[in-house]
Amino acid sequence: MVGTTSGYEAAVDQFVTKMRRRQVVGSQSSAKLTAELLRLVVSHQRLPSSGQAAALIEAVKAVGVRIIAANPIELALGNIVRRVLHIIREEDVSLASDSILDSTLDSDDEDEFGNVARRSALSAVSVAAATRNTLRAPSLYNLLESVPGTAATQVARVPSATESEARSRSGDRNLMSRKLKHNVIEAITELLQEIDNCHSQVAEQALEHIHQNEVILTLGRSVTLREFLKEAKKKRSFQVVIAEGAPRYQGHMLARELADVDLQTTVITDSAVFAMISRVNMVIVGAHAVMANGGVVAPVGLHMVALAARRHAVPFVVLAGVHKLCPQYPHNPDTLLNDLKSPSEIIDFGEFSDCLDGSPGGSRTHVVNPSFDYVPPELVSLFITDTGGHNPSYVYRLVAEYYSPEDYVL
Amino acid sequence: MAKKGARTTEMADYEVHVPLQAVLLADSFAQKFRPITLERPKMLLPLVNVPMIDYTLEWLASAGVEECFVFCCAHANQITSHLNKSPWMSQPDFTVSIIESHDCVSAGDALRVIEQRGVVRGDFVLVSGDTVSNMSLTEVLKEHQERRKKDKLAVMTMVVKKSKPSPLTYQTRLGNDELLLMIDPQSKQLLHYDAVREPGSRDSLQGNSIQRHVSLDRSIFHDRPVVQLSNNLQDCHIDICSPEVLLLFTDNFDYQQLRRDFVKGLLSDEIMGNKIFTYEISNEYAARVDNLRAYDVVSQDIIHRWTYPMVPDILCAGPKASMRLERCNVYKEGGVILARTAMIGENTVLGEDTTVGDNSSIQQSVIGRGCTIGKNVVIEGCHIWDDVRIEDYVQLRYSVVCDGATVKKGAILEPGVVLSFRVVIGSEFRVPAYSKISMVPQPTEEDSSDEELEYADVASGRADSPRSPFTEDQSTRNGSISGDEDDTAEGPNWDPIEVGETGAGYRWAVRDGGQEEEWRHSVAPIPPEKIQEIVAANREHDVEEVDYDIRALGGQDSLEEEEDEDEEEEDDFEKEVAETFLRAARGVSGVQQEHVVIEVNSLKLAFNKTFADCAGAMFKAIIDLALEAPHPTAKELLSITKDVFSRWGSLLCKFLKGSDDEHEVLLTFEEICIESHKEFAPLFSQVLHMLYDIEVVSEDAIIAWASEKQYADESDKVFLKQSEKFIQWLKEAPEEEDEDEEDDT
Repeated sequence: MVGTTSGYEAAVDQFVTKMRRRQVVGSQSSAKLTAELLRLVVSHQRLPSSGQAAALIEAVKAVGVRIIAANPIELALGNIVRRVLHIIREEDVSLASDSILDSTLDSDDEDEFGNVARRSALSAVSVAAATRNTLRAPSLYNLLESVPGTAATQVARVPSATESEARSRSGDRNLMSRKLKHNVIEAITELLQEIDNCHSQVAEQALEHIHQNEVILTLGRSVTLREFLKEAKKKRSFQVVIAEGAPRYQGHMLARELADVDLQTTVITDSAVFAMISRVNMVIVGAHAVMANGGVVAPVGLHMVALAARRHAVPFVVLAGVHKLCPQYPHNPDTLLNDLKSPSEIIDFGEFSDCLDGSPGGSRTHVVNPSFDYVPPELVSLFITDTGGHNPSYVYRLVAEYYSPEDYVL
Repeated sequence: MAKKGARTTEMADYEVHVPLQAVLLADSFAQKFRPITLERPKMLLPLVNVPMIDYTLEWLASAGVEECFVFCCAHANQITSHLNKSPWMSQPDFTVSIIESHDCVSAGDALRVIEQRGVVRGDFVLVSGDTVSNMSLTEVLKEHQERRKKDKLAVMTMVVKKSKPSPLTYQTRLGNDELLLMIDPQSKQLLHYDAVREPGSRDSLQGNSIQRHVSLDRSIFHDRPVVQLSNNLQDCHIDICSPEVLLLFTDNFDYQQLRRDFVKGLLSDEIMGNKIFTYEISNEYAARVDNLRAYDVVSQDIIHRWTYPMVPDILCAGPKASMRLERCNVYKEGGVILARTAMIGENTVLGEDTTVGDNSSIQQSVIGRGCTIGKNVVIEGCHIWDDVRIEDYVQLRYSVVCDGATVKKGAILEPGVVLSFRVVIGSEFRVPAYSKISMVPQPTEEDSSDEELEYADVASGRADSPRSPFTEDQSTRNGSISGDEDDTAEGPNWDPIEVGETGAGYRWAVRDGGQEEEWRHSVAPIPPEKIQEIVAANREHDVEEVDYDIRALGGQDSLEEEEDEDEEEEDDFEKEVAETFLRAARGVSGVQQEHVVIEVNSLKLAFNKTFADCAGAMFKAIIDLALEAPHPTAKELLSITKDVFSRWGSLLCKFLKGSDDEHEVLLTFEEICIESHKEFAPLFSQVLHMLYDIEVVSEDAIIAWASEKQYADESDKVFLKQSEKFIQWLKEAPEEEDEDEEDDT
């Protein structure tokens, strides 16, 4: 990379090693660290006098590719990288249109219009509008907003910038670059806050979904879910059935945590889910990632739970912070990766060591320990994100709101 | 002894923060990977396409080690250049420093060098560069340090892992011999460490002579209600050591190997009282690649992800060509080209830019980078390294094929074959099982210093290497290799019987009956015939199988043992004294009476004996000397004895410090007459008289002896009766009081 300062190289290296060694657990903390790292990258990046946004995007992309390769399984890393890229694009456009708007206001009273200048200004505005459109989701509202008539009136009102204006603008360029950087950093900080608050944001909606004396079933443990249930417990009394979530048995831990807030819990094995599901009013689970089609990458065992819920027509609700939302579709083998962990979580190496190497010709005992299941969108009833509840079929729209299409493939 | 003076390190201060240090021995000091290790050090051999040392360093770095000292000996420059190229030298929280030494032949020497450098400041992790692990060090370090605070003698903590050995072959999965460990389950102290199979025994028929008895020290059972004796623990060769360990190696300059010398030495040494403890891991993985079987097993464990996160798709992760895991543990790196009809079976790794031709099938194998595999090839359980060319219709089973090797059309490799670097196997050639083929000829004569060594770097041709004649020979050979590398068809040196018509390489002969042992450490699984053979052999043994009862061992048996030991010690002492004496008696030049006195005195201290013991032993030695001369009749024997005693009596007197010692001499004499030399029995009284005459034995001693014997059984009184007259005379001669006393009694 041209223009990279060594200021953040060390930090990136450290982050990459950490991610590669799987020393960061959980998508929230990964997302947070990524956002912090990218903020550092943006603030240390030296920008050329022209095409600052492009340079910034280039730098973030380069770092992004590295950190995604370090841990391709943690999809939140890629999500945050794409979010930051989207932020840069958005800030760039808003800055550009602001400056044009400023210049139009300034030159309103001047009457000497150069034809060439006018054309250039015109084109600048239309470019800004076009980029805006691509950035925004292709919604009906957007389409109506950019109706040719209104655009035309806008253009009619826009006079061109004089030569002196242009000069002063180039003088402002330095200031502008600082402004772009500043705005981007501010936006990333907002993103960080959003990640921080996602649990409480999701939990706030708990009372709308959990009613008195209901029975909720869940599997494994998720921090979002725990906060959600705790919040509901403040006003309502209900029961929770917890499937333990083999082989990590995090359900046990969740049961203990919920016992601390006097919530009545029943711990069952994963295989007893089908037997219990008929008594359950709602299944609420956490997720590892939400794909663009509304499918969910979730802790292993949840596909089975989702099928059981479908069989008994029990709503299957997934809690996910917006940072878990991926712009990719699950058909891409590069993105839908499963994390195959060590078999030692399942069986004891010492006890099985004699049948791990087969006799000649025979095969030995294989143990597979996947971490995730893919739950297809048709089994999901509702997503609860920090921005509210969404139908699986609406997820693609959310994706368009948070990401730029050019960043889907880095 | 001079090494003691070189001690420079001081006891580390435990109060200040000492960075966690590790000592990584990048030399195995063994020859199990030959002939491969003649050209490349073992630590740089690829294990699932990643050099072994990188697994160890990655683990140490992620486990929180801050400073790592890599000790290189054989092929030091290759290891150094590998490390310099790798990212390890520029890690922010992990410093790697290289310590080179060229005259070390064992781990013991290596540790002594490290001690001399004085770089180790506190507790450190001692591993070998072929360790694959994912264990966390936090817990074991905490345990070690807490124990150290209470007990300064807890110098080492050894990591063990449960792993069942095969009941048939008495070896573990990793091809090592089954271990018998005795551990105190409460304190986790290691009490006994031994291989079940007698190491080094070359019982060529059975191939496994099993040590069926375990001797344990009785003191083990003191104040220990329970001890645990287990054979299902695998030594991971990961040790948490205190700095004292290095000092112990310096003090005991004969310690060579960590396990055989150091651990056993510490366990049997009761004077210093140093203790070793164990730490058992269950959910984590740790293994050392000690031999080719371990190489294969650990590879498969990595592929099966027991070592997570030390797995190929994470270790080889990079933005450009990353390793991807597919179903059934198939790992593919970028740029792999597979023919549509190629079959890739389970548990296979394919390196970057490897191509596989039509109808070839690959199973349970690791293929390196840049390999070309032809059509209709069968590969099963193989380890194929980088840039290997395998032509059509080749069959490979359970083999290791190193970088740049070529297997020509239609050749077949039987299980257990090792093809070293750049070897060429001719077409349609069948390589017999367990062959080892290398471009480097087998060293014809192994002098004893080579025994434990990998050869030094070939390319460097280092002059200070103790094996320079061989290296020179090799480098010239290397030249010729590079010459005919391209047209391997014309290799006048290669024997077509060894490598086929158009092949290149030397087949290494198997040495000293190693043939039978070959199957133990090979990559190939143990053939079923061999297992049947062992089963048959074991059945024979079972007839005389003894049921061991640990408690019985702890009680009666070991009691006897200890007595035996005492006796043995006694024998040793007497032998030493006799030899010392004989040196003087036979007039070995320069040995005089005073020397004998000094030497026997020092023996007395060494064996912790009294003067009485010395006198007894000396007396025996003198009698033996007397017996050496021919003595047809008793009379002659007496005269010889008299002669000898007149010459050496004064020496004996040096050890007689009181009547008690003289008494002991008499008892010894009596014993000799009864047990060892019956010919003295009739002469007892005469000799006694003589001893009195030359003032070896005083009157008091004789009388004390006599009065003691008074109450013995009749059988014991033989000599008393024989010398009754003499004693009578003794009693009467000087004073009258004796008679009174006699009356009283």
